[in-house]
Amino acid sequence: MQAYLMFRDRDFTLDKEQGRLDADAVQDLELNVLFQAMASGDRYLWDAAQCAFLSRPDNLEDINYRQAVLKDCLQYPQVMRELYDLTAETVKERRQYHLGIIGVYPTSILNTSVKLLQMLVGKLKGLKSIADRSGHLFASEGLASFFSMVQRELDHAYLRKVQHHLDALEFRHGVHLSAELAEGNVGSNYVLRRPKNQYGLLRRMLDGKPSFTFYVSPRDKEAGRVLSEIQDRSLNSVANAVAQAADHVINFFERLRPELAFYVGCLNLHDRISGVGHSVCFPEALPSDQWRHCARNLYDVGLALTMQKAVVANDLEADSKNLVLITGANQGGKSTFLRSVGTAQLMMEAGMFVPADAFTANISSGVFTHFRREEDRRMERGKLDEELSRMNHIVDHLRPNSLMLFNESFASTTEREGTEIARQIIPALLERHIKVFFVTHSYELARGFYEEKQDAYLFLRAERGSDRTRTFRILEGQPLRTSYGQDLYQEIFR
Amino acid sequence: MRFQSLLFTELPSEGISEVDGQEPSMPECFGDLNLDQIVADITRMYRQYDLQPFFYWPLRSQKNIVYRQEIMQELDWPELFQAVKSFASKMRGVHQRHELMERLKYNKNRQGWFLSAVTMYCEAVEELLRFLASSALRSPGMQAFYEHLRTYVQSHQYASLAAEARRISQRLSAIRYCLTIRDLRVTVQPYDGEPDYSEEIDNVFAKFRKHSTKNYRMNLEINTGMSWVEARVLDLVARFYPEPFEELASFCQAYEDYQDQIILRFCRESQFYLSFLDYIRPVRKLGLQFCYPELVASGELYNSDGFDLALASKLASEKKRVVTNDFHLGEDERVIVVSGPNQGGKTTFARSIGQMHFLASIGCPVPGTEARLLHYDGIFTQFEREEDITNLRGKLQDDLFRIEHMLNQVTGRSVLILNEVFTSTTVKDGLYLSEEVMDKVAAKGPLCIWVTFLHELGIRRNGVVSMVSTVEQDDPSQRTYKILRKDPEGLSYAMSIAEKHRLTYEQLKERINPCRRT
Repeated sequence: MQAYLMFRDRDFTLDKEQGRLDADAVQDLELNVLFQAMASGDRYLWDAAQCAFLSRPDNLEDINYRQAVLKDCLQYPQVMRELYDLTAETVKERRQYHLGIIGVYPTSILNTSVKLLQMLVGKLKGLKSIADRSGHLFASEGLASFFSMVQRELDHAYLRKVQHHLDALEFRHGVHLSAELAEGNVGSNYVLRRPKNQYGLLRRMLDGKPSFTFYVSPRDKEAGRVLSEIQDRSLNSVANAVAQAADHVINFFERLRPELAFYVGCLNLHDRISGVGHSVCFPEALPSDQWRHCARNLYDVGLALTMQKAVVANDLEADSKNLVLITGANQGGKSTFLRSVGTAQLMMEAGMFVPADAFTANISSGVFTHFRREEDRRMERGKLDEELSRMNHIVDHLRPNSLMLFNESFASTTEREGTEIARQIIPALLERHIKVFFVTHSYELARGFYEEKQDAYLFLRAERGSDRTRTFRILEGQPLRTSYGQDLYQEIFR
Repeated sequence: MRFQSLLFTELPSEGISEVDGQEPSMPECFGDLNLDQIVADITRMYRQYDLQPFFYWPLRSQKNIVYRQEIMQELDWPELFQAVKSFASKMRGVHQRHELMERLKYNKNRQGWFLSAVTMYCEAVEELLRFLASSALRSPGMQAFYEHLRTYVQSHQYASLAAEARRISQRLSAIRYCLTIRDLRVTVQPYDGEPDYSEEIDNVFAKFRKHSTKNYRMNLEINTGMSWVEARVLDLVARFYPEPFEELASFCQAYEDYQDQIILRFCRESQFYLSFLDYIRPVRKLGLQFCYPELVASGELYNSDGFDLALASKLASEKKRVVTNDFHLGEDERVIVVSGPNQGGKTTFARSIGQMHFLASIGCPVPGTEARLLHYDGIFTQFEREEDITNLRGKLQDDLFRIEHMLNQVTGRSVLILNEVFTSTTVKDGLYLSEEVMDKVAAKGPLCIWVTFLHELGIRRNGVVSMVSTVEQDDPSQRTYKILRKDPEGLSYAMSIAEKHRLTYEQLKERINPCRRT
């Protein structure tokens, strides 16, 4: 039984080891705000959201597959939540049954598994009834085939048969087994047998075939132990079968849970975004080598969620651009804009809706962020060292068609040195087909690229209103010589 | 040649009775040379064979050393090594079964284990014979043993033992019976074709088990003994099938003493070789080599790419690199004075020469690619020791006393290793004492390795060779652990360290320049 709601042909697992490098991106893009909204208090939903971001599919099929499922979810949220609750509840209840603990014997494994499986069969019936009731409503390939799989696999006759054997495994008439002699004439190879018929024993006695019976005293604890050990040996295989079956059913629910968790997280996020007055759209994702990047009313969802209100939105027209250089006023919304670009890219690649009215972009082979970590500008040797070692680490993972976001990078040294370093790094990345967004307030750096007059470069600038207030809007514009630091100074010290 | 022992060419004069009778104890040089660690590590996994005495006992007979070298070389062939190893492990199983029987209470149980021991013994013997027959053995020791084994297996007594054991085992293992256990009632019957219920359950749950990989089968310990319940069941089973049990009982009586003593001795003695080869395997994996030395009473002595085996074994477990060293002494050269920077491998070098001599004398291969070593009559060592406070003579006096005692026993065939003696006095005193001792050493003429910080020692004496521990040319703080034959370097090491830190006279003048350019 397969869930396959995230990928058409495989499970979605919560493996946080995958794509670890993006851990920087989580911090730089402040994705935790997003995860928090998706989690809505459920830690498990947080993990699912995080993993969906860290291990994104690398092809359009999976992205479109998820978009379709998510559209279904947005239409029937209550069914999805019901499904998730049943699944989560099953996984939690399972913890009351202790299987496979060291020092436990087959007989008790069998007893526990039988009880566990009884519980699980109940849950499967619940799942079946949701499918019977609502399955026909869903149009997406993922959900439609999930519900038809449930109806196909869990027919009533089979569930009844399982129930029957679970009862038989309580052995109300004693355990019948065969044995052979191993080394030392010790009994071995104990195999559980089904008595030929209920009257077998009687028939044999009438046939004159001998049988010998003896009794063990209830006070003879040692003998009692030996008897249960012999039973253990014969039940080893059956206990294994039933425990594995219980495992499998549990495993089905455990695999289903993260898949549902991701979509429930999306539902939660959708509710929150609507709550602050923003809307979302499903993006148009393009192959990784068809370089497009344009957006209408793109906003930083993290900022909107933190501020609990609608925030400034920007348009972006960066089709066929490989370098987007963003300059302009301090605190003019450059970082926010850069974050909105990164977040939207990740959300699109995770198969989600994006925070914009329209969004088209190619998928990347990886989103990397190199943000200045602190807003201080001490010229410290160790700081540059740290920055460059971080960059060094990123370069280990960069591939063509990656998206690289720099925010005030290499600014922890003098402007000239920083520029020189950037002028070493950026052209190399561009030549290696890496799309670069670079936020800087270094005029020196921006001017150098501007003077190259390349069509593939786009220059954006934080807008400055006529009254010298910042609008936080990012518009196309060439780099200007002065920064707006004096504005800030005056604002604060006036 | 009639086979007697895998370790000794002659029994009993220098042989097992001598070793067994006198229980040789650990030679005195073992601690200083770290041979105690080596032997402890070698024998750790072979405790049951009590091999230490063999490792404590240097051989006087050259012929016997060659006898062992040839066997060691032969057993170094991996297939043969494995064959002997698996033979020994089966023989161990046989032994364990007999030990077990001592503790068992029920007859049929005990007899069952006796049968199992015999079966295993026959397996071990026949498997080894099959292997030896198919191998072209070269060493006289292994050839003689093979002859013995072949004759033994062809004997009438062995053939009937093996055949009987096989027949009875087959009959017993064909028995199949049923138990019905309900609470405290146990019913025993012959098996009557009842179907396997586990399989049925397997099929019912198959659909649910597709992806389950976890194994819930418990590893239930295999029982060796039995309780009265099992003994009772067995007695009842015997009532259904009396014959095989009767045959088993008379078999046990007829073959009570079935093991061949010479095979048993081979089993123990072969472990001497296996344990040593096992011990050096990880060291060889590092790319280090071993060779079979030529042992001589005089003439040139040398070893190429030798190393301290105890150290190499430790480094091998940490996957670290080991530095090898050479030495070469001409016919008239018998003293090596080792000087140079501390922590540069001087002691290790001296130790390795002592070790290789001892290992050679028990017939083992020694570290290195080729070696010509002294067939010594004694190894004497004097390493710097913790001061013994119960000893009132004081350290210097103690050193002298011990050296004097040693020099009385040393001959031209001895190996003498002195490591930083006379450190408890002034350099002048130390040098004086050392030169005095050197005179005496020269008079006796043993092979002497003398590690010292007194680089002036022995300069320009006949027969004294200087070897020096060295450092990296570019970075004097890095030791190479190479010990090279060259003149003592005096204080050049201290100079080069100063240079590294730009503190030599010239450097300091250059740096502290009154008219400094920017």
